[in-house]
Amino acid sequence: MNLEDILDAAGRDFADAATLPALEQAKARFLGKSGAITEQMKGLGKLGPDQRKEAGARINQVKDAVEALLRERREAIQADELNRQLAAESLDVTLPGRGSGQGGAHPISLTLKRIEQLFASIGFAIADGPEIETDFYNFTALNIPDNHPARAMHDTFYLGDGTLLRTHTSPVQVRYMEQRKPPIKIISPGRVYRVDSDATHSPMFHQVEGLWVDDNISFANLKGVVQDFLQRFFERDDLQVRFRPSFFPFTEPSAEMDMSWGDGWLEIGGCGMVHPNVLGHVGIDAESWQGFAFGLGVERLAMLRYGVDDLRLFFENDLRFLKQFS
Amino acid sequence: MQFSEAWLRSLVNPKLDTGQLCHLMTMAGLEVEDAVAVAPAFSHVVVAEILSADKHPNADRLQVCTVDAGGDQPLQVVCGAPNARAGLKTVCATVGAELPNDFKIKQAKVRGVESFGMLCSAKELALSDAAEGIMELPADAPVGQPLRQYLDLDDQLITIKMTPNRGDCLSIRGIAREVAAISGSAVHPVDCSPVAVDAEAAVPAVAVAIEAPAGCPIYCGRLVRGIDPAAKTPDWMVRRLQRGGVRAIHPVVDVTNYVMLELGEPMHAFDIAKVAGGIRVRAAQPGEKLALLNEQTVEIKEGTLVIADDRAALALAGIMGGAASAVSDTTVDIFLEAAHFTPDALAGRARAYGLATDSSHRFERGVDPALPALAIERATRLIVDICGGQAGPVTVAGGEPAQAPSIEFRPARARRLLGMDVTEAEMCATFVRLGLDLEAEGHDWQVSVPSYRFDLATEVDLIEEIARIKGYDNLPAVLPVAVAGMPAQPEGQRGRVEIRQRLMDLGYQEVITYSFIDAKQQAMVAPGEAQIELVNPIASQMGVMRGSLMPGLLATLRHNLNHGQDRIRLFELGRCFLGTGADAQPLRLGGLAYGPAHPEQWGEAARAVDFFDVKGDLEVILNPAAGEFAKGEHPALHPGQSARVALDGRPAGWLGALHPRLVQQLNLSRAPILFEFDWDILAARPLPNYRTVSRFPAVRRDIAVVVDAGLAVGAILAAVQTALPALVTEIALFDVYQGKGVPDGKKSLAFKMLLQDTEKTLTDVEIEKTVSEVLAYLAERFGATLRS
Repeated sequence: MNLEDILDAAGRDFADAATLPALEQAKARFLGKSGAITEQMKGLGKLGPDQRKEAGARINQVKDAVEALLRERREAIQADELNRQLAAESLDVTLPGRGSGQGGAHPISLTLKRIEQLFASIGFAIADGPEIETDFYNFTALNIPDNHPARAMHDTFYLGDGTLLRTHTSPVQVRYMEQRKPPIKIISPGRVYRVDSDATHSPMFHQVEGLWVDDNISFANLKGVVQDFLQRFFERDDLQVRFRPSFFPFTEPSAEMDMSWGDGWLEIGGCGMVHPNVLGHVGIDAESWQGFAFGLGVERLAMLRYGVDDLRLFFENDLRFLKQFS
Repeated sequence: MQFSEAWLRSLVNPKLDTGQLCHLMTMAGLEVEDAVAVAPAFSHVVVAEILSADKHPNADRLQVCTVDAGGDQPLQVVCGAPNARAGLKTVCATVGAELPNDFKIKQAKVRGVESFGMLCSAKELALSDAAEGIMELPADAPVGQPLRQYLDLDDQLITIKMTPNRGDCLSIRGIAREVAAISGSAVHPVDCSPVAVDAEAAVPAVAVAIEAPAGCPIYCGRLVRGIDPAAKTPDWMVRRLQRGGVRAIHPVVDVTNYVMLELGEPMHAFDIAKVAGGIRVRAAQPGEKLALLNEQTVEIKEGTLVIADDRAALALAGIMGGAASAVSDTTVDIFLEAAHFTPDALAGRARAYGLATDSSHRFERGVDPALPALAIERATRLIVDICGGQAGPVTVAGGEPAQAPSIEFRPARARRLLGMDVTEAEMCATFVRLGLDLEAEGHDWQVSVPSYRFDLATEVDLIEEIARIKGYDNLPAVLPVAVAGMPAQPEGQRGRVEIRQRLMDLGYQEVITYSFIDAKQQAMVAPGEAQIELVNPIASQMGVMRGSLMPGLLATLRHNLNHGQDRIRLFELGRCFLGTGADAQPLRLGGLAYGPAHPEQWGEAARAVDFFDVKGDLEVILNPAAGEFAKGEHPALHPGQSARVALDGRPAGWLGALHPRLVQQLNLSRAPILFEFDWDILAARPLPNYRTVSRFPAVRRDIAVVVDAGLAVGAILAAVQTALPALVTEIALFDVYQGKGVPDGKKSLAFKMLLQDTEKTLTDVEIEKTVSEVLAYLAERFGATLRS
């Protein structure tokens, strides 16, 4: 074979090699110990010095060319193999993730969290207290003496020893005020209980009550804070809040709060200026200190916020309902 | 309180339509719950007389009537009602009339006979739900008068949700007074002038003795003799009573009820023939019984005030009269009572007998003490007008009504409390409008209150009146300006939001279950223990306070399994009740896991959630604290698969699989894993405290030891961790093995240890020495041998 034929044969053999081992075998046929190029090199010894130099240079040229062909082919085969691996390893990235199930908050605690965050943002502390209460904290200390007709407004659950389930979270305020001096600025969220059960009443529900006692906190401030809260809670600056005179033994003046909703007004809670008798019960001088208290129904707020139309859903704990609030 | 708008307007008639009037009352604190028309709209319906009624020539059930409907000519009207007859006063809708339900009356031919109108039943006019035949009116009904006018049908029933402090508004006159004050209109007086006593008739006075003056400071009584037992209550009064929710019974009773609705003074009338001797107001005697008007016989409780004669109790004072002395169809001589009973004397009394009467409702809330003297005259006049008879002199027992003390009022205090600059002139005008008297001396005013405003007793009550008459809507809404102090934020306590979020991230869904549960459910978690029972539960399955969150979680599990869920992770944060004291109501965090470990998926073989899955979740929740788990027994949990968990040595809660007995009882196919922790202990977190991080390389050495199979790994880990040589910075279990290569009754535990010095790189000698120390400790303490 002359050198031109060798180069042509190498080009063909390399191209025919589909894998790296096959390429190595082909390489041996040209560059191996008894390969065609090596044989040519061996033949140089038979030539004279001048011829040898010239022939050697030509052989080296062809050898370089063969090695270049070999490199090129090797890279091509490697690239093919990588492409095959990549193709083989490719995933269906649209398959769902393996992960665990999704948990979520109950809509009532979602609502409570929102309420707490809004009030905390203007410095309200959050206070908590017992749910089985004494008559004193639930009624007497709130200016509701025994047999007062206002007690009929609270259908109360009683326990055998004369204690009761709190009908509002106001006892928390009394307990808090007993322990501290004004200024006092708290909300008390939590479960409350009334003997009432139908489509619009649950025997257990949640309230958030607020209390702000300082030297100059006024009824105008009460209106301002409640209105601000409702507008922020519902994210509606055009939300109207209406106050109507009402009666609660623990506040004077007292008001019902209505909120504009659709074409009408919705009752949203009660409020008023803390009655001097209530402050007196906990040893706060009603001449020096004054303030407001309000109570909001959490279920009502949650229903309006999330469009829930049946109160009973909150305590059925059906996962198909709860998961909607994740 | 429900009443007729027309009646109210007869006393005060501001230039407002019904809607405006209702809004005005609502915004002044008399919340109108409902205002409905007495009758739906209809027109051209008049009182008519049937002049003749003849059989229809072509129809058996029809009659052809000639009807005088007040027009120039009688009308011919075809009627199918069997009670249509000549001489009957009835109701005719004339041609052009529009009746309820869009029914228009036209001239028509009925079976070939012309008909010029329709004789109507009460149902056709939507005045009642059912009717038999056409309406029958009294013989004196004026022919041609529009029925709406005749029956006073252009009226609304207004219902007010009265707050308990406004006992003064539990009457037409009280509401009228209030409407006058807020609208600036005048109130027409009610005639309460004294009824002349006919000296010739010589009706005697009846002796009245008040033996319980604290509960009954004033009692007015009067004999009326010779009433006509056949007298009828006039229609206008029946209507006003009905529209006030009171049924007409007997003219005398009707008058007393009428005066109660009109003036607010509950009254009572006795048949004097059935009363022995004088009237006494006294406390009930032990064992006394009384048959009441409602046919109920009660044993009168101690402390109840009664009206009695010389023999026995006649009535429960201010609550209900007795049957024996009640007026009846044969009564001719009556004794009228108008008394004042104090709220203290009546508070809770009626309810003690299961009663709630119009009378007790008013006395419990307070009645104007000046009313008895007026009401007795008003009632006498109405009775004499309606039933005839002669009135005797009024016996007044007890003292004059006490003058209400005047109230100190400071305009500056009102401005400070309301947060608004109301002028003194405006405040003064408000008081005048409300009928209050005031004496102003500089900044201190003395305000005296009329007897009917007994709800006004302190300065803040008066401040509320200023706000109310001004209109709450007209007070400003102002955000407060306050000292910008920061509230405490204890870092040693993790927040509810944070821990709840961890649970949610782990796939748990929050639930809120009732605090009261079934006694049987409570017994599952605390068998044989005393339960905290509700006296008046809403239902028996909500009869006791929960002592654990587990029953609620299990009930929620059951509910959701019934609704097709299979993989369930729940948690609840709520109080449990171990006693009724304030410190026996711990807040707890409870959780439940049930069903597959992972949601059904393509990637991994399905398996059920187990103890260690949930323990892993707990480790995430408790982090940075490490829970100390020890075998423990809980009545609701599997004794071999439950752990008592402590945090920092303090008992914190439980983790375990539900007891097989309960699994069966709840009809579950496998055991849910439950946990329950005391919140206060769980939420505690030590402040992070920095220790030097070594710059020298750490070396890992693994050791495997063989110990008795019964040894608790937790105990080994806990002991090793406290006894570790200083160079060991971490030791962790990475394998537990039993089987081939390990003797029976033994198990192999593989630990990884990290060794490190803060000062230098460790030498092989130091490393081997430390590992030997650990092995020696394990050998000595737990009999562990190195696994070859």
